Amino acid sequence: MKVYLDYSATTPVKPEVLDAMLPYLKDYYGNPSSLHSFGRENKKAIDTARDQIAKTFNAKPEEIFFTGGGSESDNWAIKGVAAALKTRGRHIITTNIEHHAVLHACQYLEKEGFEVTYLPVDEDGLISVEDLKNSIRKDTILITIMYANNEIGTLQPIEEIAAIAKENKIIFHTDAVQAYGHIKIDTQQLPVDMISISAHKLYGPKGVGALYLRKGTKIHNLIHGGAQERKKRAGTENIAGIVGFGKAAEMAYENLEEHVQHLTELRDYLLDEILDKIPYTKLNGHREKRLINNVNVSFEFIEGESMLLSLDMVGIAASSGSACTSGSLDPSHVLLSLGLSHEMAHGSLRLTLGDQNTKEEIDYVLEQLPPIVQRLRDMSPLYENIKEGVR
Amino acid sequence: MYSEIVMDHFTNPRNVGEIENADAVGQVGNPKCGDIMKMYFKIEDNVIVDVKFKTFGCGSAIASSSMATEMVKGKTVEEALALSNYEVAKELDGLPPAKMHCSLLAEQAIKSAIFDYAQKHNLYYKELEGFDPDADEDHHDHGEEE
Ligand SMILES: Cc1ncc(COP(=O)(O)O)c(C=O)c1O
Repeated sequence: MKVYLDYSATTPVKPEVLDAMLPYLKDYYGNPSSLHSFGRENKKAIDTARDQIAKTFNAKPEEIFFTGGGSESDNWAIKGVAAALKTRGRHIITTNIEHHAVLHACQYLEKEGFEVTYLPVDEDGLISVEDLKNSIRKDTILITIMYANNEIGTLQPIEEIAAIAKENKIIFHTDAVQAYGHIKIDTQQLPVDMISISAHKLYGPKGVGALYLRKGTKIHNLIHGGAQERKKRAGTENIAGIVGFGKAAEMAYENLEEHVQHLTELRDYLLDEILDKIPYTKLNGHREKRLINNVNVSFEFIEGESMLLSLDMVGIAASSGSACTSGSLDPSHVLLSLGLSHEMAHGSLRLTLGDQNTKEEIDYVLEQLPPIVQRLRDMSPLYENIKEGVR
Repeated sequence: MYSEIVMDHFTNPRNVGEIENADAVGQVGNPKCGDIMKMYFKIEDNVIVDVKFKTFGCGSAIASSSMATEMVKGKTVEEALALSNYEVAKELDGLPPAKMHCSLLAEQAIKSAIFDYAQKHNLYYKELEGFDPDADEDHHDHGEEE
């Protein structure tokens, strides 16, 4: 049996999405900027996709800008606002647990003379709104806080954060790459100025994303060049990608309720059974304020990569925050920010679900996982004391 | 990513376990780095007649311990001391560059066990000069993440 449980890393393209894309890889090759019919056809296709995405946000099509993915959207939002407002202030607020696309963009700006406050999170991965309020300064120009965390699935109090930003007239950006497709984001209700999203996390193609940019938000360009995307993002458009993104977004929000119910049920089943069946296991992230498709647990006394290898051998695809899976010295910055010991961070396992997963697949995982954990524990010198009842 | 031999030793590790009343016990690494190796030797007439190990770590750490125990079994203490991590990695048909430290950890686990043996029996080995069994193992590549 093959079970894919790494949907937060990326998702397969849905057949309907592929069907929508194919004509733009085969028959329609015109440059959307061209005057002739070949170009006009493609311009129309991009406009349709823009409408589809705008609708999911209850936004205007002019507020949606296509990019080369979530990382570009994050970089554009952060560096673009920093450049546009640097004479007004040089202070930015973010969190400790952002995706590297946000963290490294902020660190880059620090080298360029900006000051960044990295808000800490509690053991569930939540920031404190009091901390946020207290960190606001006269020269704060941007608050960038992710909607949902990619590793532990924790959902931040976005409404409160957006309200605080608005009250203080500070631009608010949220990286919603993991939330989009699982949660309805209504820009008429939520006073957010910029939202980063990416197609490949919701059954669209890789290498295409978008930035929602509320009308009037001051921002400089990241990619300079031609007049595409209303002169805000240069480059001949990835038409097939954009068309696929539009279709994927439309489908995600048409079937949102069903999707939420299906995944929540599967997630709760998987999570509860793991915690029930395997001792010395800890849930990472908040139990309720959590992405509907995210399970993240740490197994004491064992290391994540050896778990992933063992799971892979029985056809189960997962991920871990262990250092050994990233080639770097430290385990995941997110897990360490929760206050986890290095050992527990090394022993983390992330299982992220998607529409294609079934109860049978989850049962298969629940059958395979406990003996894998036990085998590795039996090999671990850290487990010896436990067996002897020393602890 | 891993060779067939590494995967074989990871899947069916040789010599896992403990030896009661072992003549030598060594442990290296720490949970911070994500690898801990513990080795147990039974030594008779200067020959390592039995070896067992316990490892907390990634696939290559487990495979390296398994291979290293196979390589020192039946060897004299001096021969075991001469074993280098490159030989362990070579027997495993190579390790990815970022995982070479796992083989080094195996080499050090062996040295650490023999250090224990030497202390207990007041023996001197030139190879152990300057060896500190409690030194923090930190041979990871501080590489940029992708
Ligand atoms: C929270 C978050 N932000 C940004 C990204 C980057 O998106 P992309 O892969 O489209 O560049 C990801 C994807 O891993 C993500 O999970």
